[in-house]
This record gives sequence, structure tokens and C-alpha cells, in this order.
Amino acid sequence: MRKSSLFFLGLTAEVIVFSFLLVHASLSESFQQDVLAQKSALVKTLRLTDLCLFTEARYTRHLSQADLNTAFQDHPLSLEHFPSGSFTQPYVKNETP
Amino acid sequence: MTPWIEKQRYIIDFTISSLLRRKVKNIGLLTLYTLIVFILASTMFFTHSIKKEAAIILQGSPEIVVQKIIAGRHDLFPISYIDSIKSIRGIANVETRLWGYYYDSLVGANYTLLSPPDNSGTTQLSGKTTAVETDPDDAEALAATKPLFEYNGALLEPGTLIIGNGVSRMRNISKGDYMPFMAADGQIMNLKVSGTLSSSSELVSSDLILITDEDFRKLFGIAPQFVTDAIVTVKNPNEVSMVAGKIKKRLLDSRPIIRDEILRTYDSIFNWRGGMMIVIFSAAVLAFVIFAWDKASGLSAGERREIGILKAVGWETSDVIQMKFWEGAMISLTAFFTGVILAYIHVFFAGSPVFEPALKGWSSLYPNFALTPFINAEQITTLFFLTVVPYTVATIVPTWRAATIDPDSAMRQTGE
Repeated sequence: MRKSSLFFLGLTAEVIVFSFLLVHASLSESFQQDVLAQKSALVKTLRLTDLCLFTEARYTRHLSQADLNTAFQDHPLSLEHFPSGSFTQPYVKNETP
Repeated sequence: MTPWIEKQRYIIDFTISSLLRRKVKNIGLLTLYTLIVFILASTMFFTHSIKKEAAIILQGSPEIVVQKIIAGRHDLFPISYIDSIKSIRGIANVETRLWGYYYDSLVGANYTLLSPPDNSGTTQLSGKTTAVETDPDDAEALAATKPLFEYNGALLEPGTLIIGNGVSRMRNISKGDYMPFMAADGQIMNLKVSGTLSSSSELVSSDLILITDEDFRKLFGIAPQFVTDAIVTVKNPNEVSMVAGKIKKRLLDSRPIIRDEILRTYDSIFNWRGGMMIVIFSAAVLAFVIFAWDKASGLSAGERREIGILKAVGWETSDVIQMKFWEGAMISLTAFFTGVILAYIHVFFAGSPVFEPALKGWSSLYPNFALTPFINAEQITTLFFLTVVPYTVATIVPTWRAATIDPDSAMRQTGE
């Protein structure tokens, strides 16, 4: 088989796999609607405010409820010392009047 | 088959043979390129999916949460504040929440203890729920009149708990088992697990422990006239921000947090400008710049000689450029598709094991969640234009310079 045929065969295989993954994403999105609705219902029932992503510190567990001075919570000069603090912003500025 | 296609195929045949002559260099290049696409695509898929999921799930979060702040810190909320909030026009309902953290020294994990909202007899004493208006047609409001909290058949009664799946997994306990807690007065409280929250809800409930109001107060020694915070429901959703402003004016030591702020907090999570993300992106971009620089800064002596010979045997400048275009396209397309496919498998099938150590940080309890794959054309297009196009262009430019010079001088300038 010619090398160009081998290349196009490989590329076609990758495109097919990629298309299957896109179909999988689309189908999963529809199938997951019920699960997402359940999670949202749980949030509503329990009056939850945050995702359980980082449980290492109180202000990373409840990012939206964190104190305004979380980065300096232990000392005025203390820097962020939890790894998850490097992924997140503890609080997005309040726009209320 | 048209002659044009046949010509391109011959060029591709030749290009592959040429690439295979420098096997080690090109396989290394392809591997590194695939790795860059993989990291960028994984980051993009993970962050986009988690943001989208957060936006959907947290739509159910409270409209306004009111905290009391003392010296910049969250303090217990006096129930007496509720009357002040209730008197503000436009407020439909005010409820109170009791929640806090418990550090389990046995496994080194932090749990979130929460007293679920209910309308039992004790709540009036502790100010648990203060309904201003109740719609008899509202199924949710009617459900709130149930005497005890119930989750999937598990009844929450004094002396019992409903635990999140992460807690259950970590402590290896389930329904019927007992969980000891050290109360504020030093006594050990042995609470029975009456049920577990579903594993599919781990993204919001992994570390949750549902406990009754009475047990919560006993455990943390909180007096009945205090709660953790209050949640406010507003009649007109357009007035949420205005009502929050009025609460702030009326209760000067309060801090209202509106739902939009909660949603925006999670919309800005994993922002590319933030800490670790910028390190990942900088490393990927830097590696890519080195690639592009290597290509754009000129061809090796061997490649130059190859072009000289090709031109001497009759190839035209356009043929040489086409050959180099195919070289760039083959490497970048293969790397792009392989990287994106591997990234998808990594994030949505394998649970992002590459990111896991960084995401876990120092926490002992980490939720086991499967993300819903939210992929859109914009993400794929952005990734394509960030990786494939610059590389292909960077391959062509120096080739055009080399291909336009005289073949004789191209062959003479070799030092290989």
C-alpha cells in the first residue's frame, strides 16, 4: 500500500473516532439531563450554594460564601497556602448597590 | 482520478519518505506536539464542562444568602435580624440555615454538616423557617410541611445522619452504621447513619452530612437564638439586587450574597488568568513557540540541500512549498486529532487522572464525579486555530525563502 494511502487511512480512522466522541458527547448531554435535574433539585431542596470540589479549607469548599479576606485569613501578610487556591478566585465582586 | 489529486499523492508519498528519513526527530516532534494539544484540550474540556455543569446545577441555589460579618469574618446570624429583613417590601420568604464544618481527625477530612430545611415543631423555637407567604398550589412548599426530612426513603430523626457518598466511601460506613462525633462540651455523640446521598450527586454532596437541627446545636453548642445564615426569596426576580442592597442598608453588619454572584464565582473558576491555569497555558504556549521558532528560523542544511536537489531535478518552487505544506499538515493534523481524542478519553472516561493530584490538593476527601461532556464547535475551532494553523504556516514561510533561491547555491551551502 502507498504511504499516502496509509496516511489518509489513519487520518480517516482518527476523524471517525473523533466523530464518534462528538456523538457520544451529544448523546451523553441528553442522557445526563435527568441527572443534572436531580442534582439541581438536591441543591434547591437543601439550599446549597456551592460545588464540592475542594474540601481542604472552608473558603475553598464554599467559594461563594468565603470571607472577603480569605487570602489573609491567618495573618495580614499570609499568602494563599492551599493548592486549590491557585485554581480559584474566592469571591467575585458584589454588584449590589 | 484527476491528475491534480495524483500529483498531491505523489508529493505526500515523497514527504512521508522524507519525514521517515529523520525518524527520531519527527517522532519526537509529533509526540511533543500531541502532548501540547492533549494538555490544552484536556484543560479546555474539563473547565468548560465544570463551568457549564455548575451553571445548571446552581440555578437552584438560594436567591439571596445573608451572612453576618464581624471583623471581616462570617459570624453566627441572630434570629432577631429576621424581622428586620421581613419588613423589607418585595420579600416573599425568609428561611434560616444551620450548617458548619467538622474536622474528622481519624481520616483528616473536613465534612460539611447541614441541617436540612424542615418545618417541624422545633423550628419555630429556633427560627428555622419563617414563611411569610405560602402558596397552597406550590408542591415544594407543601413538601416543606413534612414533619421530617426524608431522602430516598431515609428518614432524618434526632440521633441519625444522612451522609454523602464521599463520607461513606472514606469512612467505609453505610446505612445502619454509627458515626462518632466529639461535641462542643467534650461528649461523644454516636449518630446512626440512616441513609446515604446518591453517588451521582457527589459533585454537590460528597462531603455533606445531613443532621437534625437539635443534634447540630448540641454538637457545636450553638444557642437557639442563632443560626449560620439566612436565605431570602424575593417576589420579583428582577428586584433581587435591589432587595440585597436594602438588606445591606438595614443591617449594616450583614453581607448579602445574591445567586448571580454564586453563578459568577463558578463561571470564573479555573479562569485562564488564575494561578495554575496560567502555568499550564504558559508552558504549552512556550513549547509551541519553541516549535514554531525552530521551524521559522530556517531549515537545516540537510533540508536545504534536499530542496536544492529537488529544484535541480525539475521541481518547481510551488511543488516544494506544497511538499512542505503537506509535511506541516500531516504532523499537525495527526497531533491534533490524537491529542483531542486522548484528551476526551482522559477527561470524560478516565476522570482526569492527570489533573487529579493538583485538584485534590491537601484534601483527604475528594468527590468522585463524572463530568457531562459539554463540547461545542467553538472549543474545537479555537484549539484548531491555536495549534494546527500556526504550525503549518510556520513550516511554509522558511521553505518559501529556501525554495526561491538558486538550486546550485542551495546545494553548495551545505555543511551536513
